[in-house]
Amino acid sequence: MSTQNKPAQRWEDDIYDCFVRHNVSQVPYVPDAGHAHLIRRVHDTPQMRPIVLTTEEEGVASSCGAWLGGQKSVLLMQSSGVGNCINMLSLVSNCNFPFVTIVSMRGEWGEFNHWQVPMSRATPGSFELMGIDVKRCDSPEDVAPTVDAALYAAFASEQKIAILLSQRLIGRKEW
Amino acid sequence: MTGNNNIERRQAVRRLLANRGETLVVCGLGSSTYDVFAAGDDDRNFYLWGAMGGAVMIGLGLAIAQPDKPVLVITGDGEALMGLGALASVAAQKPDNLTIIVLDNAHFGETGMQPSHTGHGVDLTEVANGCGFNNSQTITDYDTLDAFSNTPNAANGPRFAVVKISTENPDRALPNLDGVYIKNRVRSSLSIQPV
Repeated sequence: MSTQNKPAQRWEDDIYDCFVRHNVSQVPYVPDAGHAHLIRRVHDTPQMRPIVLTTEEEGVASSCGAWLGGQKSVLLMQSSGVGNCINMLSLVSNCNFPFVTIVSMRGEWGEFNHWQVPMSRATPGSFELMGIDVKRCDSPEDVAPTVDAALYAAFASEQKIAILLSQRLIGRKEW
Repeated sequence: MTGNNNIERRQAVRRLLANRGETLVVCGLGSSTYDVFAAGDDDRNFYLWGAMGGAVMIGLGLAIAQPDKPVLVITGDGEALMGLGALASVAAQKPDNLTIIVLDNAHFGETGMQPSHTGHGVDLTEVANGCGFNNSQTITDYDTLDAFSNTPNAANGPRFAVVKISTENPDRALPNLDGVYIKNRVRSSLSIQPV
């Protein structure tokens, strides 16, 4: 049977399916292990443009440029990069750009590297300070509806949403 | 070196935009925005009043979204330096339709003319070369600037030029401040309806 060879659907694939359904075409990212599978799938998709960044704020700016030109963009990063975005998020706010970022959380669940903890703790507050709504996924079942709703709200009515993928969902990094 | 830093910024931007055709322009906050507005307001200008360090990456997202239209980023040395990594990110994407111009007076003009890194010897053209731009140059005279302006992008990746301008500080020319209006105006020029 053909289903025997098909790999099991993972929650990362649910995010990818939402990107396809909502016609997301630019995917800027600073890599994280938690996003690795999704980034691979984006690279394998000719209709999607993966854009590797040197710092996360670049992806805030490029996402605004994408919307100026009529394309949808979603920024991928890990929690340690959220603080880098703060001033660039004023562009999102001042021009009322749609904005969606999917953030893989570090420093919150069985984290060995405590250097990740301060920015992790400050992540929801950083977004809220800049007027970005924060949604959180703690279990695999949360992912598809949360990403689908965020993409709809952002691109149908220029809302600004950060989706946090909890470290419990992603799995703690083994050292 | 004679010829360095004799170009007037307003004159330079007027020449860059004289035959702009369908070009979409993103301009960095401060003097670059004033220069672009002074050359003639246009629906296809995305004026920045903030977001320092973001002009090049806004240009990249726009150039990828509109591959059939030329996209021109006009910014200053200070703004470009704040987003230096963006040159690496652009070079990794290599959009053929993107041109980046840095108006380089080697100073932070808006804040009291403190010398910038380019005044301390940082060469942004070499940075662009090192990032992998196939087409980067430093322009120090109007003839070279006109030749650059009148040459369309070739299919060998984005273009980059530093234009060495004088430190004159012309009167501010202030475009509209309303970011939502400016955004929707650019999108309307591309026949994209507001949401």
